[in-house]
Amino acid sequence: MKYIEPHGHMVSRTTADYQSMALAGCVAISEPAFWAGYDRSAVQGFHDYFSQLTQYEPARAAKFGIEHYCWLCINPKEGDDPGFAREVISIIPEFISHTNVLGIGEIGLNKNTKNELAIFEEQVALAVKYDQLILVHTPHLEDKLKGTRLIMDAIEANGNVSPGRVLIDHVEEHTVKEVIDRGYWAGMTLYPDTKCTAQRAADIIEMYGTQQIWMNSACDWGISDPLAVPKARMELKHRGHSEDIIHKLTFDNPFTFLSQSSNFTLAE
Amino acid sequence: MSDSSCPLDYSAIVESYFLEHRAKLIDLAAFLDRLDRAHDSSASNTDFRINSLRQAIAVLNDGEGERARRVLELFSDMSIDIPQSAEGMKGALGAVQEPSE
Repeated sequence: MKYIEPHGHMVSRTTADYQSMALAGCVAISEPAFWAGYDRSAVQGFHDYFSQLTQYEPARAAKFGIEHYCWLCINPKEGDDPGFAREVISIIPEFISHTNVLGIGEIGLNKNTKNELAIFEEQVALAVKYDQLILVHTPHLEDKLKGTRLIMDAIEANGNVSPGRVLIDHVEEHTVKEVIDRGYWAGMTLYPDTKCTAQRAADIIEMYGTQQIWMNSACDWGISDPLAVPKARMELKHRGHSEDIIHKLTFDNPFTFLSQSSNFTLAE
Repeated sequence: MSDSSCPLDYSAIVESYFLEHRAKLIDLAAFLDRLDRAHDSSASNTDFRINSLRQAIAVLNDGEGERARRVLELFSDMSIDIPQSAEGMKGALGAVQEPSE
């Protein structure tokens, strides 16, 4: 059964991971721009990173029959330096018309600061200006609940963003209901220790339904699993969920959300 | 899906997941024992994260539902203030340190 990995940081993964994902049925990956594990010292570092996302990774994925799409932004952690963040934002339009760009992301908050919030709002405005989808990173651990609410409030304050064009990622049991109730798409991240397990993701599906929700691995340079989505499919299958529901969660739902970008051209 | 139920019946859930969660519980018990065995362990040596963990353990057996959501909320920052910058802040620690802790 084919599936979409809607959030994977493939710049941090090996070519063997692409091979494993293809063997597991992955047909498309969307890769948000994120924190590299260290703060970059110059805007040129982001210029190179955006070139990697728009040119090198699609070619690497294509060798395994996987379509590669990406999102552009300055991440929330480096966004806490507003001067630097604005320099990075200024180069995004140079890349935004590239054919594999789906939108602005993953923008959001890290420590729920005024600096982060200001840069988040400016990138929401950038998405509106260029009619782009938005992919949102919500903060980690104890900061998630407060940050998720601040993020939704800021998007709604903009007044020009349809919640259906925004995916709010890394939801857990204490945030998923409010995200969906306010009209946003929700992403469950299957990531050790700090986010969801496959079992909890299946629990959330059973409690809150299959509408406007997807699962992703967010595999990156940390201890993470590029095969987390197919493993979650096994969990759902073990519980007796139908193939239709599993396909909806791991292919149809990301396909529906991502297809709101005209650059997403994956065959159904 | 609308009834929020798991397709597995009660006994199948036990068969599928009991041993895994038994092991996790013993891991937690051993972790608390390890804290007691710390070479500098004393009644005055506490950590806000462990205080939150002990409160969360009580939630597990209080007879109410939605334990995962309530435990996550217990570990969450419920403040409304917004600092200007993250400069000097630590990364997320998993629980909230109250001023008195």
